[in-house]
Amino acid sequence: MPSPHVYRRIYVWELPVRAFHWINALAIATLGVTGLIIGKPFSVSYAQEASFQYWFGTVRFIHFTAGYVFLFNMLVRVYWGFAGNQYARWSTFIPTTKAAFQEIVEVLKIDILQVSVKGRIHIGHNRLAGLIYFITTFIFFFQALTGFALYGPTSHSILGKLAAWVVPLMGSEAVVRQWHHAMLWFYVLFVMVHVYLVFYHDYVEGRGTTSSMVGGWKFEREDQLDH
Amino acid sequence: MSGGKHTLWEVMREKGYSRRDFMQFCSFAAAAAGLGPNASAAVAKAFEKKARPPVIWLHFQECTCCSESFIRASHPIVADVLLDAISLDYTETLQAAAGHQAEKCKSDTLKAYAGKYILLVEGSVPTKADGVYCTIGGRTAEDILQEAAAGAAAIVAWGNCASYGCVQNAKPNPTGATPIHELISKPVINVPGCPPIADVMVGVVTHILMFGRIPDLDDQGRPKEFYSRRVHDTCYRRPNYDAGLFVETFDDDNARKGFCLYKMGCRGPVTYNACSVTKWNQGTSYPIQSGHGCIGCSENKFWDNGPFYRHLPSFPGFGIESTADSVGVTLGAVAAVGVAAHAISTNIRKRKLIHDQVAEDVKNTPENEKVDR
Ligand code: SF4
Ligand code: SF4
Repeated sequence: MPSPHVYRRIYVWELPVRAFHWINALAIATLGVTGLIIGKPFSVSYAQEASFQYWFGTVRFIHFTAGYVFLFNMLVRVYWGFAGNQYARWSTFIPTTKAAFQEIVEVLKIDILQVSVKGRIHIGHNRLAGLIYFITTFIFFFQALTGFALYGPTSHSILGKLAAWVVPLMGSEAVVRQWHHAMLWFYVLFVMVHVYLVFYHDYVEGRGTTSSMVGGWKFEREDQLDH
Repeated sequence: MSGGKHTLWEVMREKGYSRRDFMQFCSFAAAAAGLGPNASAAVAKAFEKKARPPVIWLHFQECTCCSESFIRASHPIVADVLLDAISLDYTETLQAAAGHQAEKCKSDTLKAYAGKYILLVEGSVPTKADGVYCTIGGRTAEDILQEAAAGAAAIVAWGNCASYGCVQNAKPNPTGATPIHELISKPVINVPGCPPIADVMVGVVTHILMFGRIPDLDDQGRPKEFYSRRVHDTCYRRPNYDAGLFVETFDDDNARKGFCLYKMGCRGPVTYNACSVTKWNQGTSYPIQSGHGCIGCSENKFWDNGPFYRHLPSFPGFGIESTADSVGVTLGAVAAVGVAAHAISTNIRKRKLIHDQVAEDVKNTPENEKVDR
Protein backbone atom coordinates (compact mmCIF):
# COMPACT_ATOMS: atom_id res chain seq x y z
CA MET A 1 0.00 0.00 0.00
CA PRO A 2 1.47 3.37 -0.95
CA SER A 3 1.59 5.91 1.79
CA PRO A 4 -0.84 8.81 1.46
CA HIS A 5 0.48 12.08 0.13
CA VAL A 6 -0.11 15.39 1.78
CA TYR A 7 -1.97 17.72 -0.52
CA ARG A 8 -2.08 21.49 -0.45
CA ARG A 9 -4.91 23.70 -1.58
CA ILE A 10 -3.95 26.24 -4.22
CA TYR A 11 -6.18 29.09 -5.31
CA VAL A 12 -5.68 28.81 -9.05
CA TRP A 13 -8.67 30.35 -10.79
CA GLU A 14 -9.56 33.81 -9.55
CA LEU A 15 -13.13 35.00 -9.68
CA PRO A 16 -12.82 36.91 -13.00
CA VAL A 17 -11.33 33.83 -14.63
CA ARG A 18 -14.15 31.61 -13.38
CA ALA A 19 -16.77 34.17 -14.34
CA PHE A 20 -15.22 34.47 -17.79
CA HIS A 21 -15.25 30.73 -18.23
CA TRP A 22 -18.90 30.23 -17.44
CA ILE A 23 -20.16 33.31 -19.24
CA ASN A 24 -18.12 32.17 -22.21
CA ALA A 25 -19.52 28.65 -22.00
CA LEU A 26 -23.05 29.98 -21.86
CA ALA A 27 -22.46 32.42 -24.73
CA ILE A 28 -20.88 29.74 -26.91
CA ALA A 29 -23.65 27.27 -26.23
CA THR A 30 -26.24 29.92 -27.06
CA LEU A 31 -24.38 31.09 -30.15
CA GLY A 32 -23.84 27.54 -31.33
CA VAL A 33 -27.43 26.43 -31.01
CA THR A 34 -28.92 29.63 -32.45
CA GLY A 35 -26.23 29.65 -35.14
CA LEU A 36 -27.15 26.16 -36.27
CA ILE A 37 -30.81 27.17 -36.39
CA ILE A 38 -30.03 30.29 -38.41
CA GLY A 39 -27.97 28.19 -40.82
CA LYS A 40 -30.71 25.63 -41.22
CA PRO A 41 -34.04 26.78 -39.79
CA PHE A 42 -36.62 24.13 -39.03
CA SER A 43 -40.27 24.63 -39.81
CA VAL A 44 -42.32 26.04 -36.98
CA SER A 45 -45.53 27.58 -38.16
CA TYR A 46 -47.92 28.10 -35.35
CA ALA A 47 -49.57 30.91 -37.26
CA GLN A 48 -50.78 31.17 -40.79
CA GLU A 49 -49.68 34.72 -41.29
CA ALA A 50 -46.25 36.23 -40.84
CA SER A 51 -47.58 39.07 -38.73
CA PHE A 52 -48.50 36.65 -35.95
CA GLN A 53 -45.15 35.02 -35.38
CA TYR A 54 -41.57 36.12 -35.09
CA TRP A 55 -39.60 33.13 -33.85
CA PHE A 56 -36.83 33.29 -36.42
CA GLY A 57 -36.34 36.98 -35.70
CA THR A 58 -36.11 36.12 -32.01
CA VAL A 59 -33.52 33.42 -32.62
CA ARG A 60 -31.44 35.93 -34.55
CA PHE A 61 -31.88 38.50 -31.80
CA ILE A 62 -30.61 36.02 -29.21
CA HIS A 63 -27.67 35.15 -31.44
CA PHE A 64 -26.68 38.81 -31.82
CA THR A 65 -27.07 39.54 -28.12
CA ALA A 66 -25.00 36.51 -27.20
CA GLY A 67 -22.43 37.72 -29.73
CA TYR A 68 -22.01 40.96 -27.81
CA VAL A 69 -21.70 39.08 -24.52
CA PHE A 70 -19.16 36.73 -26.07
CA LEU A 71 -17.00 39.56 -27.41
CA PHE A 72 -16.97 41.79 -24.35
CA ASN A 73 -16.42 38.86 -22.03
CA MET A 74 -13.47 37.92 -24.19
CA LEU A 75 -12.05 41.43 -24.03
CA VAL A 76 -12.26 41.45 -20.24
CA ARG A 77 -10.37 38.16 -20.21
CA VAL A 78 -7.69 39.61 -22.48
CA TYR A 79 -7.25 42.41 -19.96
CA TRP A 80 -7.15 39.93 -17.08
CA GLY A 81 -4.29 38.21 -18.89
CA PHE A 82 -2.26 41.26 -17.88
CA ALA A 83 -3.75 41.87 -14.45
CA GLY A 84 -4.51 38.43 -13.06
CA ASN A 85 -2.45 35.95 -11.07
CA GLN A 86 0.29 33.76 -12.50
CA TYR A 87 -2.22 31.17 -13.73
CA ALA A 88 -4.27 33.74 -15.61
CA ARG A 89 -1.46 35.61 -17.31
CA TRP A 90 -0.63 35.48 -20.98
CA SER A 91 2.76 34.08 -20.07
CA THR A 92 1.13 30.74 -19.24
CA PHE A 93 -0.47 30.66 -22.67
CA ILE A 94 2.47 31.61 -24.84
CA PRO A 95 5.38 29.20 -24.58
CA THR A 96 8.62 31.16 -24.66
CA THR A 97 11.01 29.20 -22.47
CA LYS A 98 12.73 25.91 -23.14
CA ALA A 99 11.01 24.48 -20.09
CA ALA A 100 7.64 25.39 -21.56
CA PHE A 101 8.31 23.48 -24.76
CA GLN A 102 9.63 20.58 -22.73
CA GLU A 103 6.39 20.50 -20.79
CA ILE A 104 4.38 20.45 -24.01
CA VAL A 105 6.29 17.36 -25.12
CA GLU A 106 5.76 15.79 -21.72
CA VAL A 107 2.04 16.45 -21.73
CA LEU A 108 1.84 14.82 -25.14
CA LYS A 109 3.71 11.80 -23.75
CA ILE A 110 1.50 11.51 -20.70
CA ASP A 111 -1.87 12.15 -22.23
CA ILE A 112 -1.59 10.94 -25.81
CA LEU A 113 1.08 8.23 -25.71
CA GLN A 114 0.07 7.55 -22.11
CA VAL A 115 3.46 6.80 -20.73
CA SER A 116 4.79 8.16 -17.45
CA VAL A 117 7.36 10.93 -17.30
CA LYS A 118 9.28 12.56 -14.50
CA GLY A 119 8.69 16.25 -15.23
CA ARG A 120 6.27 18.36 -13.30
CA ILE A 121 3.13 19.55 -15.04
CA HIS A 122 1.73 23.01 -14.29
CA ILE A 123 -1.05 23.17 -11.79
CA GLY A 124 -2.78 25.89 -13.82
CA HIS A 125 -3.22 25.25 -17.53
CA ASN A 126 -0.63 22.76 -18.59
CA ARG A 127 1.60 24.25 -21.25
CA LEU A 128 -0.07 22.41 -24.10
CA ALA A 129 -3.54 23.40 -22.99
CA GLY A 130 -2.32 26.98 -22.60
CA LEU A 131 -0.98 27.02 -26.14
CA ILE A 132 -4.20 25.59 -27.50
CA TYR A 133 -6.24 28.20 -25.65
CA PHE A 134 -3.95 30.87 -27.07
CA ILE A 135 -4.63 29.66 -30.61
CA THR A 136 -8.32 29.39 -29.76
CA THR A 137 -8.31 33.06 -28.81
CA PHE A 138 -7.59 33.90 -32.43
CA ILE A 139 -10.42 31.70 -33.61
CA PHE A 140 -12.68 33.38 -31.04
CA PHE A 141 -11.78 36.75 -32.47
CA PHE A 142 -12.13 35.51 -36.03
CA GLN A 143 -15.64 34.42 -35.17
CA ALA A 144 -16.44 37.73 -33.50
CA LEU A 145 -15.00 39.68 -36.43
CA THR A 146 -16.84 37.76 -39.15
CA GLY A 147 -19.99 37.79 -37.04
CA PHE A 148 -19.97 41.54 -36.58
CA ALA A 149 -19.04 42.06 -40.23
CA LEU A 150 -22.22 40.19 -41.17
CA TYR A 151 -24.25 41.89 -38.48
CA GLY A 152 -23.02 45.41 -39.35
CA PRO A 153 -25.18 46.16 -42.40
CA THR A 154 -28.33 45.25 -40.49
CA SER A 155 -27.70 47.62 -37.61
CA HIS A 156 -26.20 50.92 -36.57
CA SER A 157 -23.68 49.08 -34.42
CA ILE A 158 -20.27 50.72 -34.28
CA LEU A 159 -18.74 47.27 -33.93
CA GLY A 160 -20.35 46.30 -37.23
CA LYS A 161 -18.76 49.29 -38.92
CA LEU A 162 -15.41 48.52 -37.34
CA ALA A 163 -15.55 45.02 -38.82
CA ALA A 164 -16.81 46.11 -42.26
CA TRP A 165 -13.37 45.72 -43.86
CA VAL A 166 -13.60 41.96 -43.46
CA VAL A 167 -16.13 41.63 -46.30
CA PRO A 168 -14.04 43.02 -49.17
CA LEU A 169 -11.01 41.23 -47.74
CA MET A 170 -12.70 37.84 -47.89
CA GLY A 171 -14.47 38.55 -51.19
CA SER A 172 -18.14 38.82 -50.38
CA GLU A 173 -20.64 38.38 -47.59
CA ALA A 174 -21.48 34.92 -48.88
CA VAL A 175 -17.87 33.88 -48.24
CA VAL A 176 -17.79 35.50 -44.80
CA ARG A 177 -21.02 33.72 -43.95
CA GLN A 178 -19.62 30.40 -45.15
CA TRP A 179 -16.55 30.66 -42.91
CA HIS A 180 -18.48 32.01 -39.96
CA HIS A 181 -20.73 29.00 -40.27
CA ALA A 182 -17.91 26.49 -40.79
CA MET A 183 -16.14 27.75 -37.67
CA LEU A 184 -19.22 26.85 -35.65
CA TRP A 185 -18.06 23.27 -36.02
CA PHE A 186 -14.73 24.15 -34.51
CA TYR A 187 -16.62 24.99 -31.32
CA VAL A 188 -18.55 21.74 -31.40
CA LEU A 189 -15.31 19.77 -31.63
CA PHE A 190 -13.59 21.99 -29.11
CA VAL A 191 -16.33 21.58 -26.54
CA MET A 192 -16.38 17.79 -26.98
CA VAL A 193 -12.65 17.39 -26.45
CA HIS A 194 -12.45 20.12 -23.82
CA VAL A 195 -15.17 18.68 -21.60
CA TYR A 196 -13.77 15.18 -21.97
CA LEU A 197 -10.30 16.34 -20.96
CA VAL A 198 -11.62 18.02 -17.81
CA PHE A 199 -13.10 14.76 -16.65
CA TYR A 200 -10.08 12.82 -17.82
CA HIS A 201 -7.66 14.97 -15.85
CA ASP A 202 -9.79 14.89 -12.76
CA TYR A 203 -10.10 11.11 -13.02
CA VAL A 204 -6.44 10.40 -13.63
CA GLU A 205 -4.79 13.07 -11.51
CA GLY A 206 -7.30 13.57 -8.72
CA ARG A 207 -6.40 17.22 -8.35
CA GLY A 208 -9.94 18.55 -8.30
CA THR A 209 -9.96 19.91 -11.84
CA THR A 210 -13.73 19.82 -12.19
CA SER A 211 -14.62 21.52 -8.94
CA SER A 212 -11.86 24.10 -9.43
CA MET A 213 -13.91 25.61 -12.25
CA VAL A 214 -16.45 26.63 -9.66
CA GLY A 215 -14.47 27.24 -6.49
CA GLY A 216 -11.10 28.12 -7.94
CA TRP A 217 -9.13 25.65 -5.74
CA LYS A 218 -6.94 22.90 -7.02
CA PHE A 219 -4.93 20.39 -5.01
CA GLU A 220 -1.30 19.58 -5.39
CA ARG A 221 0.91 17.08 -3.63
CA GLU A 222 3.13 18.84 -1.19
CA ASP A 223 6.26 17.07 -2.49
CA GLN A 224 5.53 18.44 -5.95
CA LEU A 225 5.00 22.05 -4.98
CA ASP A 226 7.63 24.48 -6.07
CA HIS A 227 8.41 26.90 -3.31
CA MET B 1 -21.98 61.39 -84.68
CA SER B 2 -19.68 63.73 -82.86
CA GLY B 3 -20.26 64.59 -79.27
CA GLY B 4 -19.79 67.59 -77.10
CA LYS B 5 -21.33 70.16 -79.40
CA HIS B 6 -24.98 69.97 -78.57
CA THR B 7 -26.91 69.94 -75.39
CA LEU B 8 -29.25 67.10 -74.61
CA TRP B 9 -32.24 69.34 -75.16
CA GLU B 10 -31.04 70.31 -78.61
CA VAL B 11 -30.60 66.71 -79.58
CA MET B 12 -34.04 65.79 -78.34
CA ARG B 13 -35.60 68.64 -80.25
CA GLU B 14 -33.81 67.57 -83.39
CA LYS B 15 -35.20 64.08 -82.93
CA GLY B 16 -38.71 65.48 -82.72
CA TYR B 17 -39.37 65.25 -78.99
CA SER B 18 -41.60 67.90 -77.47
CA ARG B 19 -40.74 70.14 -74.54
CA ARG B 20 -43.17 68.06 -72.52
CA ASP B 21 -41.26 64.86 -73.35
CA PHE B 22 -38.08 66.61 -72.35
CA MET B 23 -39.50 67.71 -68.99
CA GLN B 24 -40.82 64.20 -68.40
CA PHE B 25 -37.42 62.82 -69.13
CA CYS B 26 -35.84 65.32 -66.73
CA SER B 27 -38.07 64.34 -63.84
CA PHE B 28 -37.38 60.67 -64.56
CA ALA B 29 -33.67 61.36 -64.68
CA ALA B 30 -33.90 63.24 -61.39
CA ALA B 31 -35.71 60.34 -59.79
CA ALA B 32 -33.29 57.80 -61.26
CA ALA B 33 -30.37 59.69 -59.80
CA GLY B 34 -32.06 59.69 -56.43
CA LEU B 35 -33.12 63.34 -56.36
CA GLY B 36 -36.48 64.65 -55.20
CA PRO B 37 -39.23 66.00 -57.44
CA ASN B 38 -38.06 69.57 -56.87
CA ALA B 39 -34.81 68.77 -58.57
CA SER B 40 -36.24 68.29 -62.04
CA ALA B 41 -36.04 72.01 -62.81
CA ALA B 42 -32.34 71.98 -62.02
CA VAL B 43 -31.94 68.85 -64.11
CA ALA B 44 -33.73 70.48 -67.05
CA LYS B 45 -31.43 73.46 -66.76
CA ALA B 46 -28.38 71.25 -66.80
CA PHE B 47 -29.56 69.34 -69.85
CA GLU B 48 -30.42 72.56 -71.63
CA LYS B 49 -27.12 74.30 -71.01
CA LYS B 50 -24.41 71.72 -70.64
CA ALA B 51 -22.88 70.21 -73.74
CA ARG B 52 -23.19 66.46 -73.71
CA PRO B 53 -19.93 64.69 -73.11
CA PRO B 54 -19.11 62.01 -75.64
CA VAL B 55 -19.38 58.43 -74.46
CA ILE B 56 -17.24 55.47 -75.36
CA TRP B 57 -18.75 52.07 -74.57
CA LEU B 58 -16.24 49.24 -74.73
CA HIS B 59 -17.11 45.56 -74.95
CA PHE B 60 -14.71 42.87 -73.77
CA GLN B 61 -15.41 39.43 -72.29
CA GLU B 62 -19.18 39.69 -71.91
CA CYS B 63 -22.53 38.53 -73.26
CA THR B 64 -24.01 41.99 -73.96
CA CYS B 65 -26.70 41.47 -71.33
CA CYS B 66 -25.75 44.84 -69.83
CA SER B 67 -26.49 46.58 -73.12
CA GLU B 68 -29.67 44.55 -73.44
CA SER B 69 -30.71 45.61 -69.99
CA PHE B 70 -29.85 49.25 -70.59
CA ILE B 71 -32.12 49.63 -73.61
CA ARG B 72 -35.04 48.39 -71.50
CA ALA B 73 -35.04 51.26 -69.03
CA SER B 74 -38.41 52.23 -67.57
CA HIS B 75 -38.80 55.42 -69.49
CA PRO B 76 -38.96 54.88 -73.26
CA ILE B 77 -37.12 58.09 -73.98
CA VAL B 78 -34.25 57.16 -71.74
CA ALA B 79 -32.75 54.48 -73.93
CA ASP B 80 -33.34 56.52 -77.02
CA VAL B 81 -31.90 59.69 -75.59
CA LEU B 82 -29.05 58.20 -73.67
CA LEU B 83 -27.97 55.57 -76.15
CA ASP B 84 -28.55 57.54 -79.28
CA ALA B 85 -28.24 61.09 -78.19
CA ILE B 86 -25.71 61.17 -75.42
CA SER B 87 -23.38 60.83 -78.31
CA LEU B 88 -22.24 57.30 -78.14
CA ASP B 89 -19.14 57.65 -80.20
CA TYR B 90 -18.14 54.05 -80.04
CA THR B 91 -19.92 50.86 -79.13
CA GLU B 92 -19.36 47.71 -81.11
CA THR B 93 -22.91 46.47 -80.72
CA LEU B 94 -24.84 49.53 -81.78
CA GLN B 95 -22.63 51.78 -83.85
CA ALA B 96 -23.29 52.19 -87.55
CA ALA B 97 -19.63 52.38 -88.46
CA ALA B 98 -17.51 49.26 -88.82
CA GLY B 99 -13.90 48.25 -89.27
CA HIS B 100 -11.32 50.99 -89.71
CA GLN B 101 -14.01 53.62 -89.78
CA ALA B 102 -15.21 52.67 -86.32
CA GLU B 103 -11.71 52.53 -84.89
CA LYS B 104 -10.93 55.93 -86.36
CA CYS B 105 -14.09 57.40 -84.92
CA LYS B 106 -12.97 56.18 -81.50
CA SER B 107 -9.43 57.44 -81.72
CA ASP B 108 -10.69 60.82 -82.93
CA THR B 109 -12.91 61.11 -79.87
CA LEU B 110 -10.13 59.97 -77.55
CA LYS B 111 -7.92 62.75 -78.92
CA ALA B 112 -10.42 65.56 -79.38
CA TYR B 113 -12.15 65.08 -76.04
CA ALA B 114 -9.26 63.95 -73.88
CA GLY B 115 -10.21 64.44 -70.24
CA LYS B 116 -13.88 64.98 -71.14
CA TYR B 117 -15.43 61.76 -72.38
CA ILE B 118 -17.17 59.13 -70.28
CA LEU B 119 -15.92 55.60 -70.55
CA LEU B 120 -18.37 52.76 -70.05
CA VAL B 121 -16.88 49.28 -69.96
CA GLU B 122 -18.81 46.06 -70.36
CA GLY B 123 -16.97 42.79 -69.77
CA SER B 124 -13.82 41.67 -68.05
CA VAL B 125 -10.31 41.77 -69.43
CA PRO B 126 -8.30 38.53 -69.87
CA THR B 127 -4.74 38.82 -68.71
CA LYS B 128 -3.41 35.27 -69.22
CA ALA B 129 -1.40 34.37 -72.33
CA ASP B 130 -0.69 38.05 -73.03
CA GLY B 131 -4.39 38.76 -73.37
CA VAL B 132 -4.97 36.74 -76.56
CA TYR B 133 -8.37 35.58 -75.31
CA CYS B 134 -9.96 38.90 -76.25
CA THR B 135 -8.65 41.09 -79.03
CA ILE B 136 -10.39 43.69 -81.15
CA GLY B 137 -8.89 45.10 -84.33
CA GLY B 138 -5.69 43.21 -83.55
CA ARG B 139 -5.22 44.81 -80.12
CA THR B 140 -5.72 43.18 -76.74
CA ALA B 141 -8.57 44.21 -74.51
CA GLU B 142 -6.16 45.49 -71.89
CA ASP B 143 -4.34 47.67 -74.40
CA ILE B 144 -7.62 49.18 -75.63
CA LEU B 145 -8.83 49.69 -72.07
CA GLN B 146 -5.66 51.42 -70.91
CA GLU B 147 -5.67 53.77 -73.88
CA ALA B 148 -9.32 54.71 -73.39
CA ALA B 149 -9.03 54.99 -69.62
CA ALA B 150 -6.12 57.41 -69.75
CA GLY B 151 -8.20 60.39 -70.87
CA ALA B 152 -11.57 59.46 -69.42
CA ALA B 153 -13.41 61.91 -67.16
CA ALA B 154 -15.31 59.06 -65.54
CA ILE B 155 -15.11 55.29 -65.87
CA VAL B 156 -18.07 53.00 -65.31
CA ALA B 157 -17.73 49.22 -65.07
CA TRP B 158 -21.01 47.70 -66.21
CA GLY B 159 -22.19 44.48 -64.69
CA ASN B 160 -20.55 41.74 -62.70
CA CYS B 161 -18.03 41.05 -65.51
CA ALA B 162 -16.42 44.46 -65.45
CA SER B 163 -16.90 44.89 -61.70
CA TYR B 164 -15.83 41.46 -60.41
CA GLY B 165 -15.14 39.19 -63.39
CA CYS B 166 -18.38 37.20 -63.27
CA VAL B 167 -18.47 33.67 -64.73
CA GLN B 168 -15.24 34.08 -66.71
CA ASN B 169 -13.49 34.77 -63.43
CA ALA B 170 -15.02 31.76 -61.64
CA LYS B 171 -12.59 29.03 -60.62
CA PRO B 172 -10.33 28.08 -62.35
CA ASN B 173 -10.52 31.30 -64.39
CA PRO B 174 -8.76 29.90 -67.48
CA THR B 175 -8.35 33.23 -69.28
CA GLY B 176 -7.28 35.24 -66.26
CA ALA B 177 -10.44 37.36 -66.53
CA THR B 178 -9.83 40.49 -64.48
CA PRO B 179 -12.21 43.20 -63.30
CA ILE B 180 -11.61 46.70 -64.62
CA HIS B 181 -10.77 48.35 -61.32
CA GLU B 182 -7.87 45.98 -60.80
CA LEU B 183 -6.24 47.21 -64.00
CA ILE B 184 -6.83 50.93 -63.70
CA SER B 185 -5.52 53.23 -61.04
CA LYS B 186 -8.32 55.81 -61.48
CA PRO B 187 -11.57 55.49 -59.54
CA VAL B 188 -13.97 53.13 -61.28
CA ILE B 189 -17.71 53.12 -60.67
CA ASN B 190 -18.74 49.50 -60.26
CA VAL B 191 -22.32 48.79 -61.29
CA PRO B 192 -22.53 45.04 -60.63
CA GLY B 193 -25.37 42.73 -61.54
CA CYS B 194 -25.86 40.11 -64.21
CA PRO B 195 -27.06 42.28 -65.79
CA PRO B 196 -27.36 45.45 -63.74
CA ILE B 197 -30.87 46.85 -63.50
CA ALA B 198 -31.59 49.19 -66.42
CA ASP B 199 -32.87 51.98 -64.21
CA VAL B 200 -29.80 51.74 -62.02
CA MET B 201 -27.57 52.07 -65.10
CA VAL B 202 -29.54 55.06 -66.27
CA GLY B 203 -29.36 56.56 -62.79
CA VAL B 204 -25.58 56.29 -62.76
CA VAL B 205 -25.10 57.77 -66.20
CA THR B 206 -27.59 60.54 -65.47
CA HIS B 207 -25.79 61.40 -62.28
CA ILE B 208 -22.53 61.85 -64.13
CA LEU B 209 -24.15 63.90 -66.90
CA MET B 210 -26.05 66.09 -64.47
CA PHE B 211 -23.43 66.81 -61.87
CA GLY B 212 -20.36 66.33 -63.97
CA ARG B 213 -18.87 64.10 -61.27
CA ILE B 214 -19.10 60.54 -60.09
CA PRO B 215 -21.70 59.54 -57.49
CA ASP B 216 -20.86 58.62 -53.89
CA LEU B 217 -19.25 55.21 -53.83
CA ASP B 218 -18.98 52.59 -51.11
CA ASP B 219 -15.80 50.72 -50.25
CA GLN B 220 -16.30 48.36 -53.18
CA GLY B 221 -16.72 51.22 -55.64
CA ARG B 222 -20.49 50.81 -55.98
CA PRO B 223 -22.80 53.86 -56.06
CA LYS B 224 -24.26 54.09 -52.57
CA GLU B 225 -27.66 55.18 -53.77
CA PHE B 226 -28.29 51.79 -55.40
CA TYR B 227 -26.07 49.32 -53.60
CA SER B 228 -26.19 50.25 -49.94
CA ARG B 229 -28.94 47.82 -49.05
CA ARG B 230 -29.32 44.12 -49.37
CA VAL B 231 -32.06 42.61 -51.52
CA HIS B 232 -33.21 41.02 -48.26
CA ASP B 233 -33.62 44.38 -46.45
CA THR B 234 -36.39 45.54 -48.74
CA CYS B 235 -37.75 42.16 -49.83
CA TYR B 236 -41.50 41.97 -49.50
CA ARG B 237 -41.15 38.38 -48.21
CA ARG B 238 -39.05 39.56 -45.30
CA PRO B 239 -41.86 39.29 -42.72
CA ASN B 240 -42.00 35.58 -43.54
CA TYR B 241 -38.29 35.29 -42.93
CA ASP B 242 -38.56 36.83 -39.47
CA ALA B 243 -41.60 34.71 -38.75
CA GLY B 244 -39.70 31.58 -39.74
CA LEU B 245 -42.15 30.77 -42.51
CA PHE B 246 -40.11 29.14 -45.24
CA VAL B 247 -40.70 27.51 -48.58
CA GLU B 248 -39.43 23.93 -48.20
CA THR B 249 -39.77 22.80 -51.83
CA PHE B 250 -40.65 24.81 -54.89
CA ASP B 251 -44.03 23.14 -55.29
CA ASP B 252 -45.26 23.07 -51.70
CA ASP B 253 -48.10 24.95 -50.13
CA ASN B 254 -45.67 27.42 -48.56
CA ALA B 255 -44.42 28.36 -52.02
CA ARG B 256 -47.97 29.08 -53.06
CA LYS B 257 -48.45 31.24 -50.00
CA GLY B 258 -45.36 33.22 -50.91
CA PHE B 259 -43.22 32.38 -47.88
CA CYS B 260 -39.55 33.28 -47.66
CA LEU B 261 -37.17 31.51 -50.07
CA TYR B 262 -34.21 31.40 -47.66
CA LYS B 263 -34.17 27.61 -47.49
CA MET B 264 -34.36 27.39 -51.28
CA GLY B 265 -30.94 29.03 -51.39
CA CYS B 266 -32.01 32.68 -51.63
CA ARG B 267 -28.90 34.90 -51.53
CA GLY B 268 -30.91 38.01 -50.71
CA PRO B 269 -29.38 38.25 -47.22
CA VAL B 270 -25.87 38.59 -48.63
CA THR B 271 -26.59 40.49 -51.84
CA TYR B 272 -26.39 44.23 -52.34
CA ASN B 273 -28.67 45.40 -55.11
CA ALA B 274 -31.79 47.46 -55.71
CA CYS B 275 -33.94 44.64 -57.15
CA SER B 276 -36.60 44.60 -54.48
CA VAL B 277 -37.01 48.39 -54.77
CA THR B 278 -36.75 49.25 -58.48
CA LYS B 279 -37.59 45.76 -59.75
CA TRP B 280 -37.06 44.76 -63.36
CA ASN B 281 -38.63 45.40 -66.74
CA GLN B 282 -40.31 48.68 -65.98
CA GLY B 283 -41.01 47.70 -62.41
CA THR B 284 -42.89 44.54 -63.37
CA SER B 285 -41.32 42.03 -61.01
CA TYR B 286 -38.06 40.63 -59.75
CA PRO B 287 -36.87 37.06 -59.23
CA ILE B 288 -38.15 36.67 -55.67
CA GLN B 289 -41.55 38.06 -56.63
CA SER B 290 -41.69 35.34 -59.29
CA GLY B 291 -40.99 32.65 -56.69
CA HIS B 292 -37.27 32.11 -57.30
CA GLY B 293 -34.55 32.94 -54.80
CA CYS B 294 -31.91 35.56 -55.46
CA ILE B 295 -28.69 34.03 -56.83
CA GLY B 296 -26.58 36.97 -55.73
CA CYS B 297 -25.73 38.10 -59.26
CA SER B 298 -24.37 41.46 -58.10
CA GLU B 299 -21.89 39.92 -55.67
CA ASN B 300 -18.22 39.23 -56.08
CA LYS B 301 -17.53 35.56 -56.99
CA PHE B 302 -21.18 34.59 -56.89
CA TRP B 303 -20.53 31.68 -59.26
CA ASP B 304 -18.10 30.16 -56.78
CA ASN B 305 -20.58 30.25 -53.92
CA GLY B 306 -23.01 27.75 -55.38
CA PRO B 307 -25.08 25.70 -55.70
CA PHE B 308 -27.77 28.34 -56.07
CA TYR B 309 -30.54 26.20 -54.64
CA ARG B 310 -28.93 25.46 -51.34
CA HIS B 311 -28.37 27.98 -48.65
CA LEU B 312 -25.02 26.69 -47.50
CA PRO B 313 -22.46 26.65 -50.26
CA SER B 314 -20.39 23.56 -50.96
CA PHE B 315 -17.34 23.45 -48.81
CA PRO B 316 -14.15 24.02 -50.80
CA GLY B 317 -12.09 20.90 -51.25
CA PHE B 318 -14.67 18.43 -49.99
CA GLY B 319 -16.69 17.78 -53.13
CA ILE B 320 -19.84 19.26 -54.57
CA GLU B 321 -22.29 17.84 -52.07
CA SER B 322 -20.41 18.61 -48.87
CA THR B 323 -21.48 21.61 -46.89
CA ALA B 324 -19.73 22.91 -43.81
CA ASP B 325 -22.35 21.00 -41.86
CA SER B 326 -21.70 17.61 -43.41
CA VAL B 327 -17.96 18.07 -42.90
CA GLY B 328 -18.64 19.22 -39.33
CA VAL B 329 -20.82 16.23 -38.47
CA THR B 330 -18.16 13.85 -39.80
CA LEU B 331 -15.44 15.54 -37.77
CA GLY B 332 -17.72 15.48 -34.73
CA ALA B 333 -18.19 11.73 -35.12
CA VAL B 334 -14.44 11.25 -35.50
CA ALA B 335 -13.86 13.31 -32.35
CA ALA B 336 -16.44 11.26 -30.43
CA VAL B 337 -14.77 8.01 -31.47
CA GLY B 338 -11.37 9.45 -30.59
CA VAL B 339 -12.54 10.55 -27.17
CA ALA B 340 -14.10 7.15 -26.45
CA ALA B 341 -10.95 5.34 -27.57
CA HIS B 342 -8.85 7.60 -25.40
CA ALA B 343 -11.06 6.95 -22.38
CA ILE B 344 -10.72 3.20 -22.83
CA SER B 345 -6.98 3.33 -23.31
CA THR B 346 -6.67 5.56 -20.23
CA ASN B 347 -8.33 2.94 -18.10
CA ILE B 348 -6.00 0.30 -19.41
CA ARG B 349 -2.67 2.10 -19.55
CA LYS B 350 -3.10 4.22 -16.47
CA ARG B 351 -4.67 1.51 -14.37
CA LYS B 352 -1.85 1.48 -11.88
CA LEU B 353 -1.85 5.25 -11.45
CA ILE B 354 -5.59 5.34 -10.92
CA HIS B 355 -5.33 2.41 -8.56
CA ASP B 356 -2.61 4.12 -6.52
CA GLN B 357 -4.69 7.23 -6.34
CA VAL B 358 -7.67 5.35 -5.03
CA ALA B 359 -5.37 3.66 -2.57
CA GLU B 360 -4.43 7.05 -1.21
CA ASP B 361 -7.86 7.39 0.23
CA VAL B 362 -7.35 7.88 3.97
CA LYS B 363 -9.53 5.00 4.95
CA ASN B 364 -7.53 2.58 2.86
CA THR B 365 -4.13 3.30 4.29
CA PRO B 366 -2.70 1.24 7.11
CA GLU B 367 -1.47 4.20 9.21
CA ASN B 368 -4.83 5.77 9.08
CA GLU B 369 -6.55 2.65 10.14
CA LYS B 370 -4.91 3.12 13.51
CA VAL B 371 -6.17 6.62 14.02
CA ASP B 372 -9.44 6.01 12.38
CA ARG B 373 -12.26 6.49 14.82
S1 SF4 C 1 -36.95 35.61 -50.02
FE1 SF4 C 1 -34.73 35.96 -49.86
S2 SF4 C 1 -34.46 38.16 -49.83
FE2 SF4 C 1 -36.64 37.74 -49.40
S3 SF4 C 1 -36.76 37.64 -47.16
FE3 SF4 C 1 -36.44 35.57 -47.86
S4 SF4 C 1 -34.19 35.31 -47.77
FE4 SF4 C 1 -34.61 37.52 -47.70
S1 SF4 D 1 -32.64 39.22 -57.14
FE1 SF4 D 1 -30.48 38.76 -56.82
S2 SF4 D 1 -29.88 37.40 -58.49
FE2 SF4 D 1 -31.81 38.35 -59.04
S3 SF4 D 1 -31.23 40.08 -60.26
FE3 SF4 D 1 -31.46 40.81 -58.16
S4 SF4 D 1 -29.37 40.62 -57.29
FE4 SF4 D 1 -29.40 39.46 -59.17
